[in-house]
Amino acid sequence: MKDVPTPDRPVLHARGISKFFPGTIALDDVSVRLMPGEVHALLGENGAGKSTLIKCLTGAYRRDAGVMELDGQEVDPASTAESQRLGIGTVYQEVNLLPNLTVAENLFLGRQPTRGRFIARRRMNAMAREVLESYGLDIDPAEPLSGYSVAIQQVIAIARAVDMSGKVLILDEPTASLDHDEVQLLFRVIRQLKARGLAVVFITHFLDQVFDISDRATVLRNGQVVGECLLNEVTQHDVVTMMLGRQLEARVQNRDTGRAGKTLVEISDLGKRGMIDPFSLTIHEGEVVGLAGLLGSGRTETANLIFGVVPADQGKITLRGKAIDITNPRDAVAHRFALCPEDRKVDGIVGDLSVRDNIILALQARQGWMRPIPRAKVEEIAQSYVRALDIRLASLDMPIRLLSGGNQQKALLARWLATNPDFLILDEPTRGIDVGAHAEIIALIEQLRADGMALLVASSELEELVAYSTRVIVLRDRQQVRELTGDDISPATIIDVIATEEAAR
Amino acid sequence: MSTPSAGPRPSVFKRILPQLVILAVALALNVVVFPDFFHIDFRNGRLFGNLIDVLNRGAPVALLCIGMTLVIATKGIDLSVGAVMAIAGAVAASMVVEGHGWGTALLAAMAAGGLCGLWNGFLVAVLRIQPIVATLVLMVAGRGIAQLVTEGKILTFDNAGLIHLGAGTVAGVPTPILIWIALGALVTFVVRRTALGMLIEAIGINERSSRLAGINSRVLLVCVYLVSGLCAALAGVIVAADIKGADANNAGLWLELDAILAVVIGGNSLLGGRFSIVASLIGALIIQSVNSVILLSGLPPEFNLVIKALLILGILVIQSPRIGNYVYMLRASDIQPQPDRPKPIDHQEKEAAR
Repeated sequence: MKDVPTPDRPVLHARGISKFFPGTIALDDVSVRLMPGEVHALLGENGAGKSTLIKCLTGAYRRDAGVMELDGQEVDPASTAESQRLGIGTVYQEVNLLPNLTVAENLFLGRQPTRGRFIARRRMNAMAREVLESYGLDIDPAEPLSGYSVAIQQVIAIARAVDMSGKVLILDEPTASLDHDEVQLLFRVIRQLKARGLAVVFITHFLDQVFDISDRATVLRNGQVVGECLLNEVTQHDVVTMMLGRQLEARVQNRDTGRAGKTLVEISDLGKRGMIDPFSLTIHEGEVVGLAGLLGSGRTETANLIFGVVPADQGKITLRGKAIDITNPRDAVAHRFALCPEDRKVDGIVGDLSVRDNIILALQARQGWMRPIPRAKVEEIAQSYVRALDIRLASLDMPIRLLSGGNQQKALLARWLATNPDFLILDEPTRGIDVGAHAEIIALIEQLRADGMALLVASSELEELVAYSTRVIVLRDRQQVRELTGDDISPATIIDVIATEEAAR
Repeated sequence: MSTPSAGPRPSVFKRILPQLVILAVALALNVVVFPDFFHIDFRNGRLFGNLIDVLNRGAPVALLCIGMTLVIATKGIDLSVGAVMAIAGAVAASMVVEGHGWGTALLAAMAAGGLCGLWNGFLVAVLRIQPIVATLVLMVAGRGIAQLVTEGKILTFDNAGLIHLGAGTVAGVPTPILIWIALGALVTFVVRRTALGMLIEAIGINERSSRLAGINSRVLLVCVYLVSGLCAALAGVIVAADIKGADANNAGLWLELDAILAVVIGGNSLLGGRFSIVASLIGALIIQSVNSVILLSGLPPEFNLVIKALLILGILVIQSPRIGNYVYMLRASDIQPQPDRPKPIDHQEKEAAR
């Protein structure tokens, strides 16, 4: 950093930014000030306008109104490349690096050091090592990027962005797929950059992390700025209230209905070699069975095996006492199973189809193509779920990919609820969605259980899992290690079980 | 919280408007080089005229693009249709030469086309070979198979029934025109009146999600290649009937490319997803109109391919996303966003509603 900006003058000052899309105002007179040496959190529910704002600041979108000043100079980046040159670097949740290239190549892609007409590979590797060491990473820059964890890849993406830009660093949900230690690694790097005088923008759904690392926050709601605050002067509760414009209801935790209904699904010794060890599981009507465990412990694998996404190579499933054969999702759907997958974009939504078609998809697939659901009926189903789940959209005709994450998730829940399932499997139902939708989905789980549905929910959010589960199964290393019931169900016990099993090895 | 407006579904007319405009321009060009273009005569119980020729000569590509649209909607492609035409023509010709009736010959040709389609479908849906490679196999091998059927000669025939399919008329209208319009209407009807169209689109957009939603993607994939094979077989029979002979080397040569082009001009994405058969059919007519302009203009034939390429390039540029965005921006700048302003969500109200 050559000239250190004065602490009281913003590095980047955006004023009166507006952005219109046909039929909606995505941003309405939004202003943000990014101070040097500060981490600035951008908060808001899904659809509040965070990503649109970022895209306007980085030149990915042209804003329709407003002024941007960088170091007091008015700027108007027309593309992300231009904003990078100006000093604004961005790192997205899905790391946009090239996994098949080496770490060094990724760092210097497009600006490799050359000797004559050729790339000076050895020099490039040495330079890369130097850059990475300044971030406290001791890795071999000649190795392909894909050999490293997502967290390391994030840091490499950050290093590249800072190296190329160096004034403002925008981090868009960088921690969404990181575990606790990895988050700490990332935060160390962010603190370092802060000390170097960079202005960092931090976008996340994890409020704890916001308070952990950020100095200042701007809260958006419905495309407008609700307020800017210094985070040491407010509480989490204040921030949530600002985001939602209401008090978050205290979470009701009632597990008095321990008495579940009739046995619905009995799984015995279901397993697949190399994927998950054989497990047995009995699920009753009107109960929520939680699946807990660390990343990679086998939660998703369990769900996929039951639903036939991957056919099991041993074991059997009985439904209401009758043995059934599930070799693919179609079989599962036919038996009124439903699975809301973990990766919404890849396994869930059909992006270019309308929200209406997406909601009706599973029901239509079960009916077969010969028996189309009449239009009026489709409309009725879609409308009723939009209302019941409070899916926010401009029109049922809009492609589902245009919805925000939380609304996509609700539409997927609608897809499965429309099939009237007896057994609903939810894999990370609240990942990457905002606080409001989060609370609504948890309330929905409670309600479905009360209505007598059987649910199996895999989640990495222990607080949440504990709140709605009637039983919790703890997985470790692709094995079921313990089943918790009644008063044993608490985050502390779950962590204990995982840790104890760890120690026992 | 207000419920979203049901709104009118996106209209079919709006979808095919660009294609209609381009077709109008192409036809206008025909009139420029040949003022009598729209003149239609009724002589000897048959309609004559340049417009009729466009509809008639466009039949093979129109038939091919019906199946091709479905294949492309699933993110696939079928390069083998030209070769399948040759096979079907050869089968039909050899059947009548051996003394079978035209009905049997037609059925045998369709069966051959259907088999070819199943083979492609098997490679793509079951063995999971990339469609472009999978159908390349038959594209190359198909002409060889056709030559084996005709034993290396051009098989000529004089079966009146078969010839009627390519050169005859029904109520004054050339049979091929009736065939492609009927098949186009039939397939469109089946696809849109059942859930087939939506399921095919779903597979093309995101096959993983579709499979997880319980869609039988394997069977649907085989089906679209089967339909493509059947369309190609019909086109092959028409072409053979028209020249009263099966030419294994030249029947349907390069027509797979025209069919793909028709689908693209029809505004269907090669990346799969939303499709319109009607738009593809108009695309086929646009290609034939362009051919017609070149013929009627009396330019030396060596110019043909170059001019065709330039005209097509122009059409594709007009339809390119860049230009499309530009037009969209021009229009959007006129729109006042204010009236549509979304109401801020009133959470008190929502609480009360619970």
